[in-house]
Amino acid sequence: MSQWHDVSTTDSIPLREGRCMNFAGREIAIFHLPDRFMAIDNLCPHNQGPLCDGIVKGTTVVCPLHGWNVSLETGSVLKPDVPVGVRTYPVRVKDGLIQIEMQTAEELAA
Amino acid sequence: MKRSRKSAPRLVVIGNGMAGMHCLEQILKYQPGYDVTVFVDETHVNYNRIMLSSVLAGEKELGDITLNPIQWYIEHNIMLRLGIRIAKIDTAAKTVIGEDGSVTDFDKLLIATGSSPFLPPIEGLNKEGVYAFRTIADTQALLARSGAQTKAIVIGGGLLGLEAARGLQVQGCDVKVIHIMDRLMERQLDPIGGGYLKLSMEKLGVQVLLGKSTEAILGNGHVTGIRFKCGLELPADLIVVAAGIRPNVQLGREAGLQVKRGIVVTDHLETSHPDIYAVGECAEHNGTVYGMVAPLFEQGKVLAARMTGNDGPQYVGSTMATKLKIMGVDVFSAGEIDEVASGGEAIRFEDPNEGIYKKLVLRDGRLIGAILVGDVEDSSRYTEWLRSGTDLSALRRRILFPDAPVDSGSSIASMPDSEVICGCMGVTKGTIIHSIHAEGVSNLSQLKVRTKASTGCGSCTGKCQGLLKAVCANFVEEVKQTLCACVPFAEPQLKEIIQSQKLKSVQEVLDIYGNGIGCEICRPALSYLVDMISCGDYDEDRSSRFINDRVHANIQRDGTFSVIPRMRGGVTTPSELRKIADVAEKYHVPLVKVTGSQRIDLLGVRKQDLPGMWADLGMASGQGYTKGVRMVKTCVGSQFCRFGTQDAISAGVELESRLENLFTPHKTKLGVVGCPRNCAEVTVKDIGLIGQEGSWQVVVGGAAGKSVREADVLVTVDSTPEALEAVEIFFQYYRENAHYLERTYDFVPRLGIEKVRRESVYAADSVKQGLLDRLHKAKSLSSDAWLEGINPKTANQFIQIEPLSLMATGANQ
Repeated sequence: MSQWHDVSTTDSIPLREGRCMNFAGREIAIFHLPDRFMAIDNLCPHNQGPLCDGIVKGTTVVCPLHGWNVSLETGSVLKPDVPVGVRTYPVRVKDGLIQIEMQTAEELAA
Repeated sequence: MKRSRKSAPRLVVIGNGMAGMHCLEQILKYQPGYDVTVFVDETHVNYNRIMLSSVLAGEKELGDITLNPIQWYIEHNIMLRLGIRIAKIDTAAKTVIGEDGSVTDFDKLLIATGSSPFLPPIEGLNKEGVYAFRTIADTQALLARSGAQTKAIVIGGGLLGLEAARGLQVQGCDVKVIHIMDRLMERQLDPIGGGYLKLSMEKLGVQVLLGKSTEAILGNGHVTGIRFKCGLELPADLIVVAAGIRPNVQLGREAGLQVKRGIVVTDHLETSHPDIYAVGECAEHNGTVYGMVAPLFEQGKVLAARMTGNDGPQYVGSTMATKLKIMGVDVFSAGEIDEVASGGEAIRFEDPNEGIYKKLVLRDGRLIGAILVGDVEDSSRYTEWLRSGTDLSALRRRILFPDAPVDSGSSIASMPDSEVICGCMGVTKGTIIHSIHAEGVSNLSQLKVRTKASTGCGSCTGKCQGLLKAVCANFVEEVKQTLCACVPFAEPQLKEIIQSQKLKSVQEVLDIYGNGIGCEICRPALSYLVDMISCGDYDEDRSSRFINDRVHANIQRDGTFSVIPRMRGGVTTPSELRKIADVAEKYHVPLVKVTGSQRIDLLGVRKQDLPGMWADLGMASGQGYTKGVRMVKTCVGSQFCRFGTQDAISAGVELESRLENLFTPHKTKLGVVGCPRNCAEVTVKDIGLIGQEGSWQVVVGGAAGKSVREADVLVTVDSTPEALEAVEIFFQYYRENAHYLERTYDFVPRLGIEKVRRESVYAADSVKQGLLDRLHKAKSLSSDAWLEGINPKTANQFIQIEPLSLMATGANQ
């Protein structure tokens, strides 16, 4: 069962940048795109680089360490062409607050 | 390389033009054993004279038309005596005597003195505002004088006069061409062809007056007008005399060589003296003096063979062929164009509407001459038919329109190997194919270097490309480098756009000229460009910066950061060192390292600790994370060193404080040494100062990274303030002209140090002041990035988000 959780006010992340947070034992990067916010695990599948520090191009983030491109929509790696990915999370804005949808911690851990 | 004067035969060359130097290049190719001295009365290295018209038309800069830079002379051990006119050749003593009194021995002498403008007997030619169009100096004078509404008159409707007219018109002048003959370019065109050219020129706004003989140039001191023999007078501010050229034969005549119109030469380019040769416009072969570049090069080749012991090749004369674009009109002329005089018959085609005229002259079924105006597509085929003497009887019906090539590749494929592709440099198809197969040439730039093809007038560039495409398996077309797919413009264009449109943010550039999205390549590049062009007066968008420039620290492999405080000139104090030590302990810094830049690096720092550390250090950012000035490495210098001649430390500290906190195209490392022992290795730095007794040498473009490159000397100056200013000028020049991510060691060789010098430290005072003003403006708007530790620029710049909902394991809200 999943639930929406308040993260922060919308002005806590500059446009087209990411910030990370520790939540439910995970490190999650949240990005502020022109039309929405998106969330993804803050670990590049290549070398655990901090995706929150990457440059955003469209709905892709570029890892600051070695330039891997990770889709914020699907979590899959777009460049290089490798069949790996990271977890993404649904995000919405409600009453001026960014909210993230998460399963219960048990389900996450499972 | 040391000059060995003992055994090598001494070759003296008089003249540094295209003919002489082309011949010399060929000689060096076969036999580099000559001890060569070149005398030239101009003060420039050799340049492409054909291109002066492009310089006048603003299409090329003077620096672009250099054929062999000074480095070429040095590399080939050639003694170049610029600005020395030879007064006399002593054939008995085998010496040449310079106007400076110098006497130089020769074993072999090559006369390549070229020609001078012919000055017709016109009254008042010495007035101010009357120019020839022959040299760099003439071109510079014309550029300085011409401008909007300047009334310019060109005397001479030949090739050179029309080129001058074109250039002056581009410069905004109101141009008239005066010609004594009844048609333009009478040596290359018949009356109908000349008529077509005149019509096209007048359509473009250049008035042509034919059959006019000039009597006097009017004006009191300065030109005000011109009077013709018929009595007509016209006002003028500027007059160019381009009434033909005369071979420079005076030296040869005085030396007793056989001279007619030119210095008479044999099929081996020998004069009447066994050790003296002549090539180019000063030589007369078989009754003909050539004034076009292709024959001169053919002569040079034959002579080079002769002088290096190969008597095989002979010069048998050249087919006169001209192909050029005059004011946008293509013109081609070759061979015997007068069918009456040559006893041939003419086949013609005219289309007044399209402005196309073609005439082919045949004799005994063979092509002997051709004129093409407006459409020169088939010129190379006609040239080949002229050369080969092919029997064209069967082709007569279609000869004006030979089968259209399917594409450029197949037309090139059907050419014989002997066909000349590049007329200027005399490069055949066979030579190009050989360079592709045997020398691994795979793009146009390499082809230019290897064969010189396409380095003259450039009209064969398309054919060279076509040949590369057809023959080279791994041909890659050199596309105009755009930044990336997001903004499809090359960097120079982008700079213009940003400047002219006064764009102040990356997003504006992307929204208006790009895809609005951007990427990790263009965003940082555009950030640089917008910052540089606005001199720091812009809306910085941190989302377009790499993480290092968002948090002013260098990201490491584990996502932590490194902290390098500014330590100008590598000079520190006990109290600074104490603070660094305290900070390293307080924040549990895993690694403290002394860098190669005479600084201290604290590695393994968490992002959230950065502001605290900076505050505790109380030192400025060393910019060890960005494309900016990293450091000025110094030696001890005269403050303490026994050998130091200059105060390297003070100069280095001052330099660093003048340039720090600015962005550069790539990281910039500097150094200052107090003596030529070079203890701070400045000859492999981007910019360096080398102190010597009473002066500083400023060097640029050094590298000691992936490759090693010794820096080039930019300038030598007497005082420290001058040295610092020279660095500032170069620094801003680099900021403005390098591609983003181009280190100085790629930038300087790409432009050539000569050009860099000319456009930076040797530029006009106003240009230098402009560079300095922009640098100082940018500097005044810059600040130490670490101040953002106290005053963050963006929300949560250094820290994580603390989520509002707490979800401990097993307990949701």
